[in-house]
Amino acid sequence: MSAVDIESVFRHEAGRVLATLIRLVGDFELAEEALQEAFAAAVAQWKSGGIPANPRAWLVNVGRNKAIDYLRRQILFRDKRRYLEAEAALANQTAPPEEDEHAFGDDMLRLIFTCCHPALSAEARVALTLRAVCGLTTEAVARGFLVNEETMAQRLVRAKRKIRDAKIPYETPALVMLDARVEGVLAVVYLIFTEGYAATSGDTLMREDVAAEAIRLGRLIDALIPGRPDVMGLLALMLLHHARRAARVTRAGDIVLLEDQDRGLWDASEIAEGLALVDRALRAPDRPSAYAVQAAIAALHARARQHDATDWPQIVGLYEVLLRLYPSPVVELNHAAAVSMVDGPARALALIDALAARGGLEDYHLLPAVRADLLRRLGRREEARAAYRTALALAKLEPERRLLAKRLAEIG
Amino acid sequence: MQYLLLIYANEAEAAGKSQADMAAMMTEYGAFTQSIIKSGNFKAGDALQQTSAATTVRLRGGKTLTTDGPFAETREQLGGYYLIEAKNLDEAIAVAARVPSAKFGSIEVRPVMKYD
Repeated sequence: MSAVDIESVFRHEAGRVLATLIRLVGDFELAEEALQEAFAAAVAQWKSGGIPANPRAWLVNVGRNKAIDYLRRQILFRDKRRYLEAEAALANQTAPPEEDEHAFGDDMLRLIFTCCHPALSAEARVALTLRAVCGLTTEAVARGFLVNEETMAQRLVRAKRKIRDAKIPYETPALVMLDARVEGVLAVVYLIFTEGYAATSGDTLMREDVAAEAIRLGRLIDALIPGRPDVMGLLALMLLHHARRAARVTRAGDIVLLEDQDRGLWDASEIAEGLALVDRALRAPDRPSAYAVQAAIAALHARARQHDATDWPQIVGLYEVLLRLYPSPVVELNHAAAVSMVDGPARALALIDALAARGGLEDYHLLPAVRADLLRRLGRREEARAAYRTALALAKLEPERRLLAKRLAEIG
Repeated sequence: MQYLLLIYANEAEAAGKSQADMAAMMTEYGAFTQSIIKSGNFKAGDALQQTSAATTVRLRGGKTLTTDGPFAETREQLGGYYLIEAKNLDEAIAVAARVPSAKFGSIEVRPVMKYD
């Protein structure tokens, strides 16, 4: 059995095995150590003996035994009541039967809700979810968020300590708080996605592995708690954006705007999956989630064969729905940009100037960038130049800075 | 597991409340306290006098230094506490959210250290 095959089993099963081990062992860090030991044992045995028929159950059982061994050693050496209690608890917990997908799924949900608990900082939630649920290495998580590995390792340790010390429960939340907690989980997934799809800083526009991880999480959550319009809406939104990835940048890493993208490069299967999910998400009787409305907007772009065929009046209408349900200055800015495609740049500029006057987006480079484009279209070159310069001073992502610099040069 | 709920609110704002508002709040606190005694969460709880009555004490180089006022000047001040028993953080958060001052102040939830 090759090391690559074994590695791929680990990558695929890590989250679920850890999820079940945490429930059995009752401690996040101990479960992680047990998982690492189980992986080490698997490498030694599977190379010669082959991968077992049910690697997940194998890993859970070996991990559980490793945890028991560890606890026994602690009891011998330190005679601590805590370990006795933990061992007694462990003896009472049973691993799910090998084929019980449902029980494994319940453990996975517990892990997701724990990692996304509102008592943890947003940074910690993201890091813990990628590390524990997705099974990424600490180094990979650190790379995805442009921090060094040591900082990320400390962030993870602090988060796990808080889970233990404050006794954050390892449970799917009670029905009364389920909606709010699912909302929190989706916020984490979306944060991971946006960091991957449109990084806020750095050299490259996209970190595809991070975005793909968010989609994998979205699919997992949709499978574990099926039929939720908010989950379907978010998954659709991510798929419809991710589908454009090949057309969004040139080989040199420069941004290609939506209007200039080669739509033949869009991922047809992700679009089809996204469109079907949007329809289901919007058919729900409750008021649509912000994700579903945004996905509906992305769906209209996805349906247009050429940029000229975009249904801008309907996009403007959807932004107005979004503004009514979930008002935010960023949505207002996007709405204004869409308005410029229906009513022309002058009316859009009036909306943006009103938005800027109200304040709150001073640090957001896209406000002056959109404003600059409108001024350019109106032939107000001097003001456009000034706005591009403001945007350039605020933009942190290299490809965005290049695009703005290019526009500035074009005006002359 | 025990949690200490620390109740922070702005003293100046509280002092500006009308008598009727204060009475309504006291009634609300009374009802809340009764409800967590009944549910078994209550261990202890008290209201504190204003921070103007506080004294901060430090021992430095064998000398006791006392200063007038609370440890830190903040926008909201510690005004009371509950010590509660809860099965986990979710239950503690749910109790904290029902503390009447949560509507305008802040409730800090601190797990109590257990030595074994």
